[in-house]
Amino acid sequence: MKRLTRDQIAARVARDIREGAYVNLGIGLPTLVANHLPKDREIFLHSENGLLGMGPAPAEGEEDPDLINAGKQPVTLLTGGCYFHHGDSFAMMRGGHLDVCVLGAFQVSVTGDLANWHTGGPDAIPAVGGAMDLAIGAKQVYVMMEHQTKSGESKIVERCTYPLTGIGCVNRIYTDLAVIDVTPQGLKVVECVDGLPFDELQRLTGVPLLHASEALPA
Amino acid sequence: MIDKTVPSLDAAVADVFDGATVMIGGFGAAGQPAELIDALIVQGAKDLTIVNNNAGNGEVGLAALLKARRVRKIICSFPRQVDSQVFDGLYRAGDIELELVPQGNLAERIRAAGAGIGAFFTPTGYGTQLAEGKETRIIDGRPYVLEYPIHADFALIKALKGDRWGNLVYRKTARNFGPIMASAAKCAIAQVSEVVPLGALDPETVITPGIFVQRVVQVAAPSGARAVA
Repeated sequence: MKRLTRDQIAARVARDIREGAYVNLGIGLPTLVANHLPKDREIFLHSENGLLGMGPAPAEGEEDPDLINAGKQPVTLLTGGCYFHHGDSFAMMRGGHLDVCVLGAFQVSVTGDLANWHTGGPDAIPAVGGAMDLAIGAKQVYVMMEHQTKSGESKIVERCTYPLTGIGCVNRIYTDLAVIDVTPQGLKVVECVDGLPFDELQRLTGVPLLHASEALPA
Repeated sequence: MIDKTVPSLDAAVADVFDGATVMIGGFGAAGQPAELIDALIVQGAKDLTIVNNNAGNGEVGLAALLKARRVRKIICSFPRQVDSQVFDGLYRAGDIELELVPQGNLAERIRAAGAGIGAFFTPTGYGTQLAEGKETRIIDGRPYVLEYPIHADFALIKALKGDRWGNLVYRKTARNFGPIMASAAKCAIAQVSEVVPLGALDPETVITPGIFVQRVVQVAAPSGARAVA
């Protein structure tokens, strides 16, 4: 069994984003997805600070401090892209206008609860940004994360122990080991990485998993 | 003749009083009215409640206002950043109060104030720490949290161009909180790179109508061309 690299997880997420989708990529790991979006599809990237049609990072020397993404990094605007204020930007998110958002996570529960904003540590300074708005707003909420913590604990859990970002909001989980759907019946394994038997995935995951009954998506 | 332009930054912020609630535009450095903030530091008002998305970057602008210990409380969504050392130090020492608000709730609470909304139910934050103690309601099967507007005495914002009636246009993602903060404050003060004659702004593309703006001050070469963190 070979675990996927972060870029390979990003490429796997990118495969599921269809032509014409309005998509927000959360800060951190999900931003990698942008590098893997199929070139033959028009996909609208939204950044919550106020732009749609976000393009790649500018060439060195071309950075514009007035044109940044939600991670405060310099970006570009694609032809046809536009700017708007924060009220409109979060109406797009909260109002269910985004097709997909991709978020990083500390933990996801069997019922799709998400914890990704705060470790809850006594010395941690909390910061939430738009995470809670994205979690409840997009039509499809994808989580992209390592399957296990560095110490080998499953990040897919019965109940989140970190402070919650949203309740029952995650639709699909992409990890370095598998793609898993959150369904009313439970967590359904859509794919495992090459050479990883279901039983081994189950052993590495903290909660019961279901076999996908339908054929794997292309 | 109505002329909302003021001759200097000092004049623009002269009446900010101790204990005032001041909204400050910007998302990180983009759209942050650094020169108005500098003028506010010189002016000396203290015990301020500041509303901003962040809690200052580096040592300039909002961070400098914090460092000068003029801020009693900050209402924001994302204080902790790689370069938020000024805020981090004050917070850890217990020298500043933090009200942490999810970013969309922050924007909507500001928008609601400007739009005359008494309160609103939002799905954001339901079931989380940030909604603890707040009223909730199930509407059409979906849970919501009751949130109240944030009104301000002053808003300091940055725009690209303005005219003497207070109409504003912005530049790229520096627009961010400017339009909603202008509407939510009793006195909205805009620093603009250029004051233009009436009629020079295409009425179809005015972003903030002048009714929301009380003062316009020209800062021809604003900072912000510095590297972003």
